[in-house]
Amino acid sequence: MDWLQLLVFPAIRALILIFVLLTGFAYLTWYERKLLARFQVRYGPNRAGKFGLLQPAADAVKAFFKEEIIPNHVDKPVYLLAPALALVPALIIWAVIPIAKGTPAIADVNIGFLWILAVAGIESYGIILAGWSSNNNYSLLGALRSSAQMVSYELPLGLFLVSILMLAGSFSLVDLVEGSRQWWEWIWLWLAFPFFFICILAETNRSPFDLPETENELVAGFQTEYGGMKFALFFIAEYVNMISTSAIMATLFFGGWKGPFAEQYIWLGPVYLLIKVLILLFLFIWVRASIGRPRYDQLMKFCWQFMLPLGLVYVSISAVLAVFLK
Amino acid sequence: MQLPLGIEVPIPTFEQFVFIQVALLTAVAGLAVVISRNLFHSALALTLTFFGVAGVYVFLEAEFLAVSQVLVYVGAIAMLIAFAIMLTRSMMYGRTSPLNNQWGKSSLFAFLFFIGLLAFARATPWPAAGEEVVADEALIGALGREFVTTYVIAFEVLGLLLLLALVGAVMLARDR
Repeated sequence: MDWLQLLVFPAIRALILIFVLLTGFAYLTWYERKLLARFQVRYGPNRAGKFGLLQPAADAVKAFFKEEIIPNHVDKPVYLLAPALALVPALIIWAVIPIAKGTPAIADVNIGFLWILAVAGIESYGIILAGWSSNNNYSLLGALRSSAQMVSYELPLGLFLVSILMLAGSFSLVDLVEGSRQWWEWIWLWLAFPFFFICILAETNRSPFDLPETENELVAGFQTEYGGMKFALFFIAEYVNMISTSAIMATLFFGGWKGPFAEQYIWLGPVYLLIKVLILLFLFIWVRASIGRPRYDQLMKFCWQFMLPLGLVYVSISAVLAVFLK
Repeated sequence: MQLPLGIEVPIPTFEQFVFIQVALLTAVAGLAVVISRNLFHSALALTLTFFGVAGVYVFLEAEFLAVSQVLVYVGAIAMLIAFAIMLTRSMMYGRTSPLNNQWGKSSLFAFLFFIGLLAFARATPWPAAGEEVVADEALIGALGREFVTTYVIAFEVLGLLLLLALVGAVMLARDR
């Protein structure tokens, strides 16, 4: 049956994926709070359940029962659309990430790389729309800053992606993970990882690049006028984005689902991917706990005067390597 | 499917079903661009239209083109338009009329353009449905090769143009 094959099965897969990601989000907040507490010599959440493990559930219930406030001065349709638009790219980017041998999360399309770039390109819409529709100067400023930041850092990000793509020789992420790489390729890739990670930090608006929501100058940036579940959606979007980008980095730089015996036992693939994602998420939180926020002009200068030239140099050397050594 | 009164309703296949949705989305969003009284809403509707066009590309089995469309038009061009509006207009207002005093002339030219497109579409020999499509991976490679062989001059000129625009932007933004 056409309909069953094309609609029902993918829909079930997508639902499972969304469920897993949202649960992941809930426990990522717990993971982050616990880790930050350790960094700051505190206990962190420890009241709800053992080790505070029920804290995310309590937070979810709280968000659900908050009053839905829609200020009078907002542009209603756009205001309501924005939180949803912020979450969608974070979820759909998973479509092309391979989670086990020969198994992508949703579809093995041979445009995986471009898919990542395209989804990164539409990620800033939720924030722009939120900032504009809130009809508030702080929101608008936050949105402008954030989208300028995301658009700028997309450039070096795209350059690094193009380099990886040239060396891999295939647009498909499934092929990328399953194909073999020579030792010098790994070293060359890992050289780029710190810079790629910086771009990802800026793309996900994570500390130290969380300028869109600098509370001391912009109240809460683009989400100032949002409360209750709508605020929670922005929050979910940020954290799901962290998970998604960690999965992408694990796939591009650290072999994705690969690990000992993952070829024989398919179920080990997702486990290895999860472990790698957890380690990368630790990196996100570590950075947040240790590095202060730069000024906005420093942030942009760093992108245009350092990251972009570096990306260009990296692309040219990768091209030479791809032509002469592969 | 048989309805009362003997009306025959064909059950659409899955592809037709999705195509109808994509086509409707494109057309309705396109209409919204033109008739919306709020410039920012028009810009958003334009973004939706770009998405719809990308959907049509997917139906033509040109996934590469579809994703490029999203990347370039939705990710960059529509974003630029949104930025321009946000930076130049006061936030909400501009409930402007979509018509100005040139609407007569422009609708005439739009109509002529439509006629031209229609004639062009009718004159083009479209390949019959069901023909074998080149595998996408090979297609991307072929596309790249064409760029550096057959269309190399156009490609280089475009690159030069973009470089000029980039240099111009840097000159404008530089501290004096």
